[in-house]
Amino acid sequence: MSTLDPVAVFRMEAAECLEAIEAGLLDLTHQLDDKDLVDAVFRGLHTLKGSGAMFGFEALAAFTHHCETAFDRVRKGEVGATSELVAAVLAAQDHMRALVDQPDADHGDTGHKLLAQLQAAVGAKAAAPATATAAVAAPVQEASAKKAKNGWRIRFRLPANSMANGTNPLGLLDELRDLGECTVRADTSAIPPLDELTPTELYISWDVTLMSEQDRSAIDDVFIFVLDDMELSVEEIDGAAAAMAALVEAKPAPAAAASVSSPPVPVVPVQEFRPVEAVPVKREAPAAIQAKAAENVRVPAERLDELMDRVGELVIAQSRLSQLASASTDIALRSVSEEIERLSGELRDTMMVLRMVPVATLFSRFRRLVHDLARETGKAIELVMEGESTEVDKTVIERLADPLVHLVRNSIDHGLEVPADRLAAGKAKAGTITLSARQAGGEVIISIKDDGRGINRERVRAKAESSGLIHPGQPLSDPELLQLIFAPGFSTAAAITNLSGRGVGMDVVKKTVEELRGAIDIVSMPGQGSEVSLRIPLTLAIIDGLLVRVGSGRYVIPLAAVEECLELSLEEDLRSRGRSFISLRDSLVPFLRLRDLFRTGTKPDVHQKVVVISTGTERVGLVVDQIIGDHQTVIKSMSKLHNDVATFSGATILGDGSVALILDIGHLVAAGQQQEAQLRAAG
Amino acid sequence: MNATAALERFDNHWSYAEEVEVLTFDLNGETFALEAAIVQEILDLLPETAVPGSQPFVASVINFRGKVIPLADLRLAFGMEAAEATIDSRFIVIEIDLQGEPTLVGLRTDKVNEVTTLAKTSSEAPPSVGMRWRADYINCLVKRGGEFIILPNLQAIFSSRHDAAGAVT
Repeated sequence: MSTLDPVAVFRMEAAECLEAIEAGLLDLTHQLDDKDLVDAVFRGLHTLKGSGAMFGFEALAAFTHHCETAFDRVRKGEVGATSELVAAVLAAQDHMRALVDQPDADHGDTGHKLLAQLQAAVGAKAAAPATATAAVAAPVQEASAKKAKNGWRIRFRLPANSMANGTNPLGLLDELRDLGECTVRADTSAIPPLDELTPTELYISWDVTLMSEQDRSAIDDVFIFVLDDMELSVEEIDGAAAAMAALVEAKPAPAAAASVSSPPVPVVPVQEFRPVEAVPVKREAPAAIQAKAAENVRVPAERLDELMDRVGELVIAQSRLSQLASASTDIALRSVSEEIERLSGELRDTMMVLRMVPVATLFSRFRRLVHDLARETGKAIELVMEGESTEVDKTVIERLADPLVHLVRNSIDHGLEVPADRLAAGKAKAGTITLSARQAGGEVIISIKDDGRGINRERVRAKAESSGLIHPGQPLSDPELLQLIFAPGFSTAAAITNLSGRGVGMDVVKKTVEELRGAIDIVSMPGQGSEVSLRIPLTLAIIDGLLVRVGSGRYVIPLAAVEECLELSLEEDLRSRGRSFISLRDSLVPFLRLRDLFRTGTKPDVHQKVVVISTGTERVGLVVDQIIGDHQTVIKSMSKLHNDVATFSGATILGDGSVALILDIGHLVAAGQQQEAQLRAAG
Repeated sequence: MNATAALERFDNHWSYAEEVEVLTFDLNGETFALEAAIVQEILDLLPETAVPGSQPFVASVINFRGKVIPLADLRLAFGMEAAEATIDSRFIVIEIDLQGEPTLVGLRTDKVNEVTTLAKTSSEAPPSVGMRWRADYINCLVKRGGEFIILPNLQAIFSSRHDAAGAVT
């Protein structure tokens, strides 16, 4: 198993961290005075900054530092949390995500704009109310415009363990040298006698005289990644000592101070020709790493697959052992065999639920989307989530994320009316979006429901006709008409602007769902809203199957689709030759002889059985030789070499190690119906 | 298939080295070779499960260490007659790239011989005439002693659509 790239590990960690921050922020919008939430967000930002700097994501660390500073002020009670602040940090959080994903891309402008918003949000509370960004920015410009006439005296001491964290003090000194002429004096007084010396610890502090016209922020930039834990004092050697108080806040002025507003810097009266004693800065130690982190472990899905395969092998080896043991008279052997049988059974059960995650992990990200869209569109939206504990395979969750975003967005953009229209239509002012998940047999049904205006059929038809999808005036049933919005040609720029329907990218949604072997249903009532349901099979998960034998082969029929099993008596079999349907309680059910279909070349059993399967609306009988019984099935996908075989949706491994194929019910029902249609046409 | 294209493919195959380590096996009296690097395991015969409706040359699947993998019969891909397994028959499990995804495939063989090294200098592009099999299914022929060893072009074999006989519905 390959070792993971550290950067990839950091990205996973960062994503988790950002999710936690986002959840904290969203909760905070409802309870602005909750101190625990403020602390949680602060901790998240702090962790992100720290590990970001450690893994070389410097832009991220620098940017996050500002958000952390803002939250630190809230945490210390200097300013109150406001919805503006939360909104600004939410927006900033997206930027952080971008910095994690593409650390090298140019994000300069966005970053500055976001920081301006952030400072406005924090500053507004601290200083004059409702201060415009420009007004806040002004004193900063003024402050940073003051340059030292001659130079700076810089004293710094790094924490003893900083070299272990990868900080190189020589690099910092080199950076200072880049700013101007430096005289460096090392303070070696703290170095212990040789026998007490730990070679990895740093005992030296430095005293640097920098002759430069550079302003303070340039010096702060040098120390930006270590600022939190170090002691740093900076004084002007000559000329005006200004803005020293800013140091107390340990606020690293950003490189582009002109465009980034900072909290208003108290302007200290100028005291000429007297250096101001700088206050050494000692930041508190990093907050304890999130205690929750240990509760979940991120494991790449392929490792789980691997483990699953190994467990499968173990179960097979165990069944061989059982056989040997049962033929043996050795009591000790038999008892060991029984114990291993029990253990491997438990292991298999545990393994099977390991990949399943609750839908809540998928749904939680919609809180943010709805929050943003409500702000964007000016619509009042209430988000209701149901069935969040429904468990679905992790892969399915990941694949469904984008399509669901699309559907939720569509519901809000096109489905929900603006508050005025809703009131006029006699509805509640706030529209409701309901996200729900539930398990039904071998499928999970995820639906997005809104109580908006519903899909406008005339517009869908007009659009389909104008884009040539259907002939003008072509008669279509309502479901067929609604299905048109999934047509690839349906999404065009026109569809976006005139809100004619929900065509934007729906073909992509449909494709993704079909790749998961699922299906989409739409129900839409004009004026009352729409519901889009995704029916997704629990792929890779366990399904209950009915194991049957056809010829010498064994096959699994998903139990959820099985309606009943009947015996096909010899007389009935003979009678039904030439017509392939049976009469089942006065309704005609077409059937397929699997033996013929699979060309087994064997003789039928005397007592053939009919398994009646159903997709909900249609029924088809399958004639098999023998029903073996219930079988819990782990679905294994078939390789690409068998992509062309539509009859089977996958395969599974039976207790004796042999492979059984799983029948694709949708395909078989369609085949049965086709057969029925042919028979009818033939009269 | 013209000779230039065959030569080009042949060059590609050898471009990275002067010699290549291979596993040789017998099929229908001919000796074939697979790059040793793609071979995962050599297995004794396992119970097979027929996949009705599939292409005849990948007509079944086997359980390989908990994974369901297709079992291919190169005999049928090359248009030879299918044959019964013998006491020497083995499956070779290889990993090849199919449409960008690494895929495990089992191959039937009559007998697995040895791992050996073949030199570029003694290899030849398949002749454009005088071949019993499709030339594009063969990477090159390597002369060794008095016989030829065939290096099949697995990519071409597994990515082409074989005549699907016995398709279901």
